[in-house]
Amino acid sequence: MGFIVGWIRFLGRRGLRFFARLGRGHLFLLNLLAALPSLLPRPGLVVRELYSTGVRSMSIIVVSGLFVGMVLGLQGYNTLSRFGAAESLGALVALSLVRELGPVITALLFMGRAGTSLTAEIGLMKATEQLSGMEMMAVDPVKRIMAPRFVAAFLAMPLLAAIFSAVGVLGGYFVGVGLLGVDSGVFWSQMQANVGWRPDIVNGVIKSAVFGIVVAWIAVFEGYDAVPTSEGVSRATTRTVVNGALAVLALDFVLTALMYGAG
Amino acid sequence: MDEKNRKENRKGLMVQVRGLRFLRGSNVIFDGVDLDIRRGQVTAIMGPSGTGKTTLLRLLGGQLRPDSGTILVDGEEVPRLSRKQLYRLRQRMGMLFQSGALFTDLNVFENVAFPLREHTALPEPIIRDLVLIKLQAVGLRGTAPMMPAELSGGMARRVALARAIALDPMMIMYDEPFTGQDPTSKGVIVQLVRLLNDALGMTSIIVSHDVNETAAIADYIYLISEGRVVGQGTPDALRRDPSPWVDQFLNALPDGPVPFHYPAPDYAEDLLAGADFG
Amino acid sequence: MPDTRAVEIAVGMFVAAGLAALFLLAMKVSNLSSFTAPQGYVLSAEFQNIGGLKVRAPVTVAGVQVGRVIGISFDNTDYEAVVKMAINPKYDKFPVDTSAAIYTAGLLGDKYVALVPGGAATFLKDGARIKLTQSALILEQVIGQYLFNRAGGRK
Repeated sequence: MGFIVGWIRFLGRRGLRFFARLGRGHLFLLNLLAALPSLLPRPGLVVRELYSTGVRSMSIIVVSGLFVGMVLGLQGYNTLSRFGAAESLGALVALSLVRELGPVITALLFMGRAGTSLTAEIGLMKATEQLSGMEMMAVDPVKRIMAPRFVAAFLAMPLLAAIFSAVGVLGGYFVGVGLLGVDSGVFWSQMQANVGWRPDIVNGVIKSAVFGIVVAWIAVFEGYDAVPTSEGVSRATTRTVVNGALAVLALDFVLTALMYGAG
Repeated sequence: MDEKNRKENRKGLMVQVRGLRFLRGSNVIFDGVDLDIRRGQVTAIMGPSGTGKTTLLRLLGGQLRPDSGTILVDGEEVPRLSRKQLYRLRQRMGMLFQSGALFTDLNVFENVAFPLREHTALPEPIIRDLVLIKLQAVGLRGTAPMMPAELSGGMARRVALARAIALDPMMIMYDEPFTGQDPTSKGVIVQLVRLLNDALGMTSIIVSHDVNETAAIADYIYLISEGRVVGQGTPDALRRDPSPWVDQFLNALPDGPVPFHYPAPDYAEDLLAGADFG
Repeated sequence: MPDTRAVEIAVGMFVAAGLAALFLLAMKVSNLSSFTAPQGYVLSAEFQNIGGLKVRAPVTVAGVQVGRVIGISFDNTDYEAVVKMAINPKYDKFPVDTSAAIYTAGLLGDKYVALVPGGAATFLKDGARIKLTQSALILEQVIGQYLFNRAGGRK
């Protein structure tokens, strides 16, 4: 009996804590959004963060994009050629990348590369009283530290996803046309015939922008909400990866259903 | 708080705290604390660790709100201020954190320049001069291009001090400025606190449990224990205070009103009971 | 972190690379370029059944794409589907007795319109109608017919 009550209490406590965090997260997002206008006169802050989030994620995005595209080329060719449809390889590679893999893998990699370092950076600033010190200097850390990072991550994501997809298409082209002998003209024309600007490319960009917001929000919030100890910061970093990945994949399903499910 | 009191505040008192009560969860941190901090003086707030001295500074700076009581800083009631007013008040306050809280991604120069860049629109050459003046005042002009990680603990604290006085505040709060320093840097900081206070005409509040260093420079000392003011006066007056609290703290006696033993059940019973603590 | 100048240059290059990638996706990967190309002149054809032909499907002659389907509607008086096609103005010499058929690319691929030029001496003009048409092959009908014939044959 006592065991059951204890278990129910445990569930209740976890639930309450979860909703409290959820509430704090959303309040924090409102704070972030309210702080955005203060960035307008100081674009330099965002540029600096674009460097540490965007530019430094370039190498991993380009390399991963290339390999994912090449794998798509190989796998796609093997499967398609069984149905005598190897000429559709271009369409397959491009559609997979632009609609799904580009935004999703970029978001996951971006979270691992830039999101975790955002969380750790902000968490450490909190643990070492830098945020508190900033407040006492009458500087709002949400405006000065969080908002520029949030905006930079949001801006970097669609650009990185586009680079990922473009490099991936080239990787698929390299394998499909260069190694497996699909006709170059057919590769491109099949791609162009089947990939639409509005339904595929624009939707892909929208997806990656939404992922950008979510990843940036989670990463910055976890840092801000971290327990200010070294253990707390390392936990927050883990939470960024776990929550971020879950959020991206779940949102991907919702967005895909909204974009393509009904049509 | 009536008008007469307010006027008096503006003249003589920088900080006036009345009936301060602050709870953390169900723990009573402060229970009816009254403080008066006079302008131009170095006032020390002392007490054993864990008595919420840092919390007191955060209450003065408006980072925490009291459960009841009033806190007047420069005639303004801190807990009632809007965010904007609070930030304006904080521009006139400096705070030196225990860790220094230097921004690790900026070098020493940029750290000291930070408040100037955020709150003023001064041209670059003037910022440069101001930063160098402040660094010179703490004796660390030579460290301007270094990163905080390259500084020793004592130097980091002095740089943080230079940053705290960058905007020439009316009041500066020190959180445990002497803790964890070797004797030399301790001596340097003791000197600096007094020197800056008198040279810049500031009001200084020191929170500390280092009796000797603090007593050497403080004009007035408040002794806080278990959420109350248990003793106050000039260092000399305190030394003559017969109160057992003051006696225990100033003379570092292991047992006294602050017991050596944390409250616990009877020793013998506890040993025999055999209940586990999991 | 490097100095401001280097940061700004790196970020500038990053943004440029991102936009270039987007441009590549738009122009080389998607069909945006063929959208924006001149629409060409319009031909129309009536079919009994278009069986899954979609707007933007290719229009080919001898397997070469010469245009796109730009509109599909239903004629309420003679109960036929009307397919409008935009043909690249480069190819303006289709005889008036050209026929149009709807085929499937591969066994399960998309439908497209194939034009087969006739032998007349006058050419189709903008807005002209192709009279000879062959409807789409509906797989279910073909299979149904086949099964029906088999069943009939066994009797």
